[in-house]
Parts: sequence; structure tokens; C-alpha cells
Amino acid sequence: MSTRSSAETRRASAPHASMFWRLLVRAAVRRRSRAISALLAMVVAAAAATAMLNLYVDVQAKLRKEFRSYGANVILVAKDNQTLPSDALRVVDATLAGRGLAVPFAYVVARTADGQPVVVAGTDFDQVRKLDSWWSVTAWPSSPAQALAGVRTEALINSQKGPFALTFQGRSIQLTSAGTVKTGAAEDSRIYLDLPGFEAWTGVQPSAIEVAVSGSAEEVAAIAAALAKALPDADVHPVRQIVEGQARVLGKMRSTLLATVVLIILTSALCVLSTLMGWVFDRRRDFAIMKALGASARMIYGFFAAEAAVLGGVGALLGFAVGVGAAAWIGRANFHAPVVPRFGVLPPVLLGSMAVALLAAIVPMWLLHRVEPATILRGE
Amino acid sequence: MFPRLVFESFRRQKRRKLLAGAAITLGVAVATAMIAVATDIGDKINRELRTIGANILVTPQEDTLDLEIGGVNLKPPSDGAYLDEADLPKIRGTFWHHNIVGFSPMLQVGVTAGDAKNIALLGTYFSKQLRFGKEDFVTGVRITHPWWKVDGDWPADDSQDVLLGERLAARLGLKSGDRVEFGGQEHRIAGVLSTGAAEDDQIIAPLNLAQRILGKPGAVRRIYVSALTKPEDALGRRDPKTMSGALYDRWYCSPYASSIAYQLQEAIPHSHAEQIRQIAQNEGTVLSRIEGLMLLVTLAALLSSALAVSAAMATAIFERRHEVGLMKALGAGNLSVAALFFAEAALLALGGGILGFAGGSLLARQIGRAIFDSQITIEPVLLPLVLAIAVIVTFAGSAVAIRRAVKFDPVYALRGEA
Repeated sequence: MSTRSSAETRRASAPHASMFWRLLVRAAVRRRSRAISALLAMVVAAAAATAMLNLYVDVQAKLRKEFRSYGANVILVAKDNQTLPSDALRVVDATLAGRGLAVPFAYVVARTADGQPVVVAGTDFDQVRKLDSWWSVTAWPSSPAQALAGVRTEALINSQKGPFALTFQGRSIQLTSAGTVKTGAAEDSRIYLDLPGFEAWTGVQPSAIEVAVSGSAEEVAAIAAALAKALPDADVHPVRQIVEGQARVLGKMRSTLLATVVLIILTSALCVLSTLMGWVFDRRRDFAIMKALGASARMIYGFFAAEAAVLGGVGALLGFAVGVGAAAWIGRANFHAPVVPRFGVLPPVLLGSMAVALLAAIVPMWLLHRVEPATILRGE
Repeated sequence: MFPRLVFESFRRQKRRKLLAGAAITLGVAVATAMIAVATDIGDKINRELRTIGANILVTPQEDTLDLEIGGVNLKPPSDGAYLDEADLPKIRGTFWHHNIVGFSPMLQVGVTAGDAKNIALLGTYFSKQLRFGKEDFVTGVRITHPWWKVDGDWPADDSQDVLLGERLAARLGLKSGDRVEFGGQEHRIAGVLSTGAAEDDQIIAPLNLAQRILGKPGAVRRIYVSALTKPEDALGRRDPKTMSGALYDRWYCSPYASSIAYQLQEAIPHSHAEQIRQIAQNEGTVLSRIEGLMLLVTLAALLSSALAVSAAMATAIFERRHEVGLMKALGAGNLSVAALFFAEAALLALGGGILGFAGGSLLARQIGRAIFDSQITIEPVLLPLVLAIAVIVTFAGSAVAIRRAVKFDPVYALRGEA
């Protein structure tokens, strides 16, 4: 306070803005270490909240992507053992509009040279590789004359990379085996061919399209319904085994994460509250001096509230940046894809931080305001 | 004198000690709950993943090639080899039998019901009571195929009742409670089955009924086994034939899908067991992602509760600089002041740590019960570990504040200018 007179005039009127800010800045600068430790607590809490909320929102999508490696979750099958219309795949791709992957399959039972029946399937190898990532394949076929043989058919076709013949309805074809496929399921007993070569040989069109739709259970159901409408000649059904299992695991994971998020946010909020309350309580002398110098209750409350709001705001912004970084790191370390920052998380973190800070300021003030300044200043 | 100082400090500053103690308790409780959940989540999610279906398939070793299209086997039922139903309970005698959640034998035959010719009839266990040695257990499709939904009742395994697939039921115009005739006998339809797959067009019957129609008592074509497995790593992917003795033992005693399949093959004569890669491979990926996520989240939670405890301790000590000033003015050395604070911090950490451990255990149990309908077990071994962490974190949080406190000039501290 430079001159007495100016102080007196200010005391009488509403507090001057520059004085107000000076008080605010000085309070922070003079007690640097206390202000920094309070701010640090705020930043840690806001960072934890941001990281957890970001993860909570993003992890569902990340895990759903992991579940896509289970392969098809919707299957279209031609009704009554017919084949699908020739434009079926195009219709499916148009309906999906990039939200999934569709792979056609055509099947016949052919006979080998010694008359053994074997299931031969025609498909699109490039798409199958993407859809059924669990297929353990020694070498993928690279030319139309090459086939992919299931491990259990190996003995049957007796191929040491040599050609073998298959016959279907009197038409035969010479093939070589590029490699074997092993899945532990029906694929092991089949021979796979590239679809154009298969169609040229057998004249049989695809009878099934396997579709891996990305998205939640509701989105999958919606796309299945749209597909059923677009292709009335086909039976469309979600693969309940996969869809239900996915929904179940994701649901449990979601609940676990939610419990974790609530726990962490609650703990950080309570710890920030206790730290800030200690800080404000510790400054009861400032409070008493202001009161003794005649500051109005409004001014004092305004001052402490503004201080708390600034602390909460700055802490939340810094914490948001740190938290986004932490979430991105967790995403990269675990899912090999960073968690995208969600700016929708910022407002709740900001408001929450400021609310906690204000609460931490108001509680001690409310406790102190009935106490005589003299009592506080005497150190009692 | 020293114990008295500590004791009086706790007695006279109840509010502050309570605040600091509460912060430690809360931090430790969250840390304990998170550690417990994170260590148990793998097991819990593994069990949830089993709802996606069996991950190991056992077939006869000398079987002829299957002719399976769209889940329907076109191979004549009399063709090929069979497994013996009497060997099934031996699955419970394998090394990893505790990891085997359930298994379902399957036998498919063709029947004619009314106008519909060549309907596939699938014989299986629904919820069959079996005995291995002195141990009774229940197994069947209700465990291994949880997505099968029945409108009506499940048939009993020793009855002649059947389930009708929903599409077949619609085609024949039958519903649960009706009777259907095939194989020269009338059977009650206990319920209508919906699976979203090939079974919707089939009749599902108790295994012994299918065996009788086929005329081969004890015959089983395949066994679907649902086992809790460990995600495959470099060792799990290796071929056991190429392994040396010690390595082979390690592989054999790890619950990989491949090693459990290998043991099933040993237990059931003339069988070939293979992991169903679609299920087994993918559940490994999903499991390791979820475990990794929980580990990292737990680390983040530990870090933030450690920082929160540190901040609370720093505040608690900072408030007491007057006291420090007084002690130093009365001639106390830096060492004895620091010792007093550290003793208090240790007491707070131990008290708060024990309370927090108890609270965290309760919390973890609640989480387990609410989300997974099963207990999350807490290893008592965790207690000393958690206490040690609590003491270290509290000391670390106090150290800076204590250093500052003992460096104050007592004069300034007492005048309240610090």
C-alpha cells in the first residue's frame, strides 16, 4: 500500500480491479511453494480424470477392433441351397459402405482322382486373409492354377507340390497346391480355390457371404437388418456366438473400467480437496488482516473464490494436457494405436476442477467468518 | 521423551492427523483394490471369453475327411471312425483338468421326420452328470455353448425328449410340448432351440438316442472342449517334437491351448485334438490386451494415489513450522526434528495402510461380485507389500517438506513470517 489516502478511498468504494489482481498475483508469488504444491495436486487430479475418461470413451472402440479379428459376425446364406444372385457381393459392399468386410464363398463336393469326395471352396484370397487372420497358412496361392489345401486333405491329394486332379460333374481340373491351411475347424478338410477359377470350372456361384461388420452389437444388428432388406433371397443372420460373446466381454470390461474411473476420480478429488483446504486454512492470517483492514465480506469471498477458480482452471488445463498424453501413451503401449484426445472431456474436467477448488475455498471461509480477526491474528 | 512427543502430537492434533491418515487410507485402499482387480482380471475375462465357445476339438485319429458345408456334414454317418463315450470322463484326469470348463460330445445322424427327409439329428450332452474317480461333475452344451437359447425346457440327458431347431420347427409346424416321430418312435419336443447357426435346422437329442438310431452304442464323432488357456507366446507356438527335455516339461505344464490339446490326445485313445484357431488364437489377443490395459491403468492409479498422499503429507508438515521453530529454539537438532516427523509419518502410513488394505479388499470384493458375479481373491502376501509401498510413498512425500521445515530459521518461523 503506497499511500494511505488512496487506500482509504479504495476501502470505501468497491475494490479496484488492479488492486484485486495484485492481491491475487502477490498471494501466489509470495507463497510460491505452497501455491505450487496446491497447483500440483490439482494438475495430478485433473490429469488422472482426463486420462481415465479418455480411455473409458476410447477403449470400447479399441477392444471392438480386437474382436473384429474373430472374423465374420454376420453371414448371408442363399435360401434353400440355391446360389446368391450374381450382384449379391456388390449389394453387400454398397450396404456396408466401408463399415466392414465382405467375403464370398462358393462350395461344391468334388472327387479326387481315386474317387474320394472332398469339399472344394472358391473364395477371394486377399479378402480371406484380412477376414480370417487366424488361418495358419504355409503359403498363399499366387496363381489361378494353385490351390490352398486344408491340412487333412493333404493325404488325399497326395501332393508333393505335384499337380492333382479334381472332378466335378464330369469336368475336371488340374491344380497344384501352393500351401496348406490349418484352423482346427471345417476348413482343414477343404480345398480352397480362387473364385474366378472356381466359377469357370464348376459354373457354381457363391452361396454364402461372410461379413465382418465393425461396431457395437446394435450397429451389427442394424446392418444385418439392412442386408436382409437389400437381399430378400438370402438368409441373413448374425453369428450369435461371436456377437454375444463380444457384447458380454465388452460389457464386463466397460463396468470394470467405469468402477476404476469413478474410484480414481473420487480419490483425486478428495485429496485435492484436503490439500486445498489446508492451503486456504493456512492463510487465515491473510483473511484476518483483510477483515481487520475493513474489506467487505463480498470482497474477501470474491478474492478467495477467484483464487480458487484460477487455480482450478489452470490446474485443469495443465492436467488435461498431461492426461491426454498419458492416455495416448497407454493406447500406444497396449493397443499399438494412440488414444485420440477427446475435447469433449475438457468441459467436465474443467468444471469439476473448479467446483472442487471452490468447495475447498468456501468450506474454510465458512468456518472462519464467525471468528474475530483479532483471535486469528493472535495465533489462537 | 521421544515416544511422548510422538504420542502427544497425535493426541493434540487429532484433526490434522485424521486428514493425513484419511488421505493415506484412501490412497492405499484404491491401490489395493486396483492391484487385486488387475491381477484377477485375466482369470475373470478368460472365463467370460469361454462364452464364445469351445476352443479345442477332439476327433477320431483315423477319421475320413469331413464333407462339411455351412455347418452341415454331408459325410454318411456310418462312414469313418468313432471315439468311445466311455473314455470321456478321462478328460477330467488330465494335468490341466481344473482349466477345463466343460466338454460336449457330438454325434450326427440322419433321420426322417414326417415329410421332411434326411434331417440332421445331433446327439449330445445337455447337462450330463459324470463321474471320474471320486469326483462328480456336470458337463454338456449348456456349459460349452452358452449362446444356445431354448424356448421351453432343456431335455434330460437320460430321456427320449428332443430339442427342435427353430427353422425346422417352423417348417414342420411344431412347437414345444408337441410330439415328433422319427426312428420308429415318438419323441416329445421339450423345447425349440435357437442358435443362429446350422443347429436351427436340426434335431438335438440326448447322445444315447443318436447312438441308438445309428446302431452304435458308445459312439462319439467329436468332442468340443472349452478350456481356460494362456495366451500363446513364443514357447506356445513351438512344435513339442522339437523341444528338449526341460523345455518340453515347461511347455507341457503351461496351459496353452496346444498343450491342453496334446494332453487330451494322450488321455483319449485313438484321438486327434486340435485347437480351434478362430477361438483359441483370438482369445489370447483379447486377453493380453485387456490384461495390459488394466496393468497400465493400475500403474496410473498407483501413481496418482502416491502423488495425492505425498501432497497431503507435505501440507500436514508445512502447517507445523511453528512447532519446528519452537523445538529448534529449545535446542532440538535437525536430526531429532526430522526423526520426529518420520516416526509420525511411519505410524500414519502403517495405520492408514492397514485400514486402507482392509477397505481396498472389501472394495475389490464388491467390484468382483457386482461385475463378474464371483469373488476377487486377495492374496494376504499383498499386505506387507502394500504397507511397504505406503511407508515409502509417505516418506517420499514428507521428505521435501521435512527438509524445508528443519531449514527454517526458528525466529522467522515463530514470528510467522516463513
